[in-house]
Amino acid sequence: MNTCAPIAPGRRSPRAATPRRPRIGVVKFASCDGCQLTLLDLEDELLAIAQRVDLIEFAEATSRRSAGPFDVLFVEGSVSTPDQAEEIGRLRAVTHRLVTIGACATAGGIQAIRNWFDHDEIRAAVYPEPQYVESLARARPVSDFVAVDAELRGCPISPGQLREFLVALLTGRRPQLPDEAVCLECKRRGVVCVAVAEGIACLGPVTRTGCGAICPAYGRGCYGCFGPRESANTASLAAWLGDGRSAADVGRLFAGFTAWSGPFRSVVDATGGPPGTGAPRPRTAPPRETTDA
Amino acid sequence: MHDTNRLLEPAGDLTIDIAGLTRVEGEGSLRLQVRDGVVEKAHLEIFEAPRYFEQLVVGRTPDEVIDIVARICGICPVAYQMTAVHAFEHGLGIAIDPAVRALRRLLYCGEWIESHALHVYLLHLPDFLGYASALEMARDQRAAVESGLALKKAGNRIVELIGGRAIHPVSVRVGGFSRTFRRAEIAALRETAATALELALRTVDLAAGLDTPEFERDGRLVALRHPTEYPMNEGRIVSTDGLDIAPTDWRSAFSEEQVAWSHALQARDRDGRAYLLGPMARVTLAGDRLHPIAAEALARTGLAREIAVNPYRSIVARAIELVDASAEALDIIETYTPPDAPASPWRPGPARAAWATEAPRGLIFHAYELDEQGLVSHAQIVPPTSQNQAAIEADLAAFAPRVLDLPIDEATLRIEQLIRSYDPCISCATHFLDLRVETVP
Repeated sequence: MNTCAPIAPGRRSPRAATPRRPRIGVVKFASCDGCQLTLLDLEDELLAIAQRVDLIEFAEATSRRSAGPFDVLFVEGSVSTPDQAEEIGRLRAVTHRLVTIGACATAGGIQAIRNWFDHDEIRAAVYPEPQYVESLARARPVSDFVAVDAELRGCPISPGQLREFLVALLTGRRPQLPDEAVCLECKRRGVVCVAVAEGIACLGPVTRTGCGAICPAYGRGCYGCFGPRESANTASLAAWLGDGRSAADVGRLFAGFTAWSGPFRSVVDATGGPPGTGAPRPRTAPPRETTDA
Repeated sequence: MHDTNRLLEPAGDLTIDIAGLTRVEGEGSLRLQVRDGVVEKAHLEIFEAPRYFEQLVVGRTPDEVIDIVARICGICPVAYQMTAVHAFEHGLGIAIDPAVRALRRLLYCGEWIESHALHVYLLHLPDFLGYASALEMARDQRAAVESGLALKKAGNRIVELIGGRAIHPVSVRVGGFSRTFRRAEIAALRETAATALELALRTVDLAAGLDTPEFERDGRLVALRHPTEYPMNEGRIVSTDGLDIAPTDWRSAFSEEQVAWSHALQARDRDGRAYLLGPMARVTLAGDRLHPIAAEALARTGLAREIAVNPYRSIVARAIELVDASAEALDIIETYTPPDAPASPWRPGPARAAWATEAPRGLIFHAYELDEQGLVSHAQIVPPTSQNQAAIEADLAAFAPRVLDLPIDEATLRIEQLIRSYDPCISCATHFLDLRVETVP
């Protein structure tokens, strides 16, 4: 099922024969820049897209800056510092449709693994003088702070899904973003199941497709970078994977790029937390939402 | 363009305030204070949110680390994967098949092409030609922008084929790859590499003909040097002043320190001196190892000496490296024979693992300690930009007095263009750029 509503392109002004070009922004929080780079990676379509939209903010690509308002704002990265928590609120107020792009913005990303650790200890472990380092106690998805209108999953997002989303935006229709398991894509690709045929641990049954089932196609198990599909039965898969594996080894499979998403987080919690929670010392349970900042 | 303000200042003072440097990867700022013609402060502030990667890899297996460290940078994930995989293989004593070595070099060539094409055409060229972005530049210079995009696409196709996708590839594993690649699969890249080579050669002509500010920096250059190849995956760490150490021994010559204005740990040499990495350093220190086609292109420009001292000429060095990577990719594709197995067998165990490779932006060093179970107990990851940060600051301080007489917008542009010359990757350096040039009244 697709949860995002049709995207309104620029509203027609009464006298204009064509719709106003939608005002688009691309911004980032804590992230690797890979998802916004995916836009620049649409090499064959980039110039055509740039003519049909008004790209008013995209710091990685242009020196023209804008603080909004935006018809559509693509947000990359997890909210990880006090300034970012403030900025996402400001951006939401000037944005018609806010779209999170990638695992960091939609699920917290790999840096959300630190959410299981004591913040002061992890900060002191990386930086000799942690007092200079501004960061929130936890790295969290954008939806923890503001309403999100649509999300593109993946670490990184799929160029195909981004293209589909932009075409839908420009034609004013609902984007077709499948919510089925990676397994179905594997079958369509004709890839032999790595879990059944080779006993390789694979998160395909609980992970949303969109990547093209590349990991199984490349001889390894899916590591869940598109996050859980709808009604993912992670507990059942974890039990199945636990046949012949230690709880810690099952847990580490889920403790990846979307570990902080609910269905994956529950397995990570049930198996004793992500790897490394022994040093620095772990909290017994993930901190409560209210303890932040 | 930016929030700039120049107060009514006496001659010799300068205040430029830019609240977010653009066309760089990640977010940061520069704080430059000039009074009576004297630069009092030049701080490259890196406030990209910290992500704590060195802690995130603790307790992980070497193969998990390869997946995780890629996420430090969406522009150069292969550099992180290559440095980690070589470190583990060296530390654990795993020998790899020569065909696997060739495939890794091909994968790295793909990333160099993608990253350099992005920087040359989309991030840096607009400065030289007076545009705010490549997208605006495309209105007048569509053919050039299309060439740049085609070149970038060629690099991405190579990474996609070997890695499964262009960003955060999935196939690199300790000992080799997760699958084998048939000769026909690799041969299918031949046309892609040939097109890249043709476009890269045109890029050299374009870059060499650009009107470039004059500037001669004074400082140490550091790069890898290999006995026979242009440095990517292997080589010894050398410098313009005689350093020559193993790639595992980075810590014997350099160290990281934290400064109050940055979320990146700055690296300096043991004597506290700044040093510069990247295309300028590589072309200067390993120019004699360039592919013959790239060496000839460099000779044709007549700019080898300028490349060693003028950061604004780094765009030419990048173009030369685009030729090198394309030509090498083509050679590898044409001589490829598949390895016997996708990966060499290996056993997890304790090890001290370290290695350095050449990322598109310069030398990158990783060190890991593996415990009895073969899990990471300690990690140090030193990206190129945090090593370049001190040199960038020193160069900005040296260059700033030259722009004091220029109108503020022009001065700002020259300073920004200089920063972009180093292709700073702030996402990498943070374990943010925001240009703020200010004078104390």
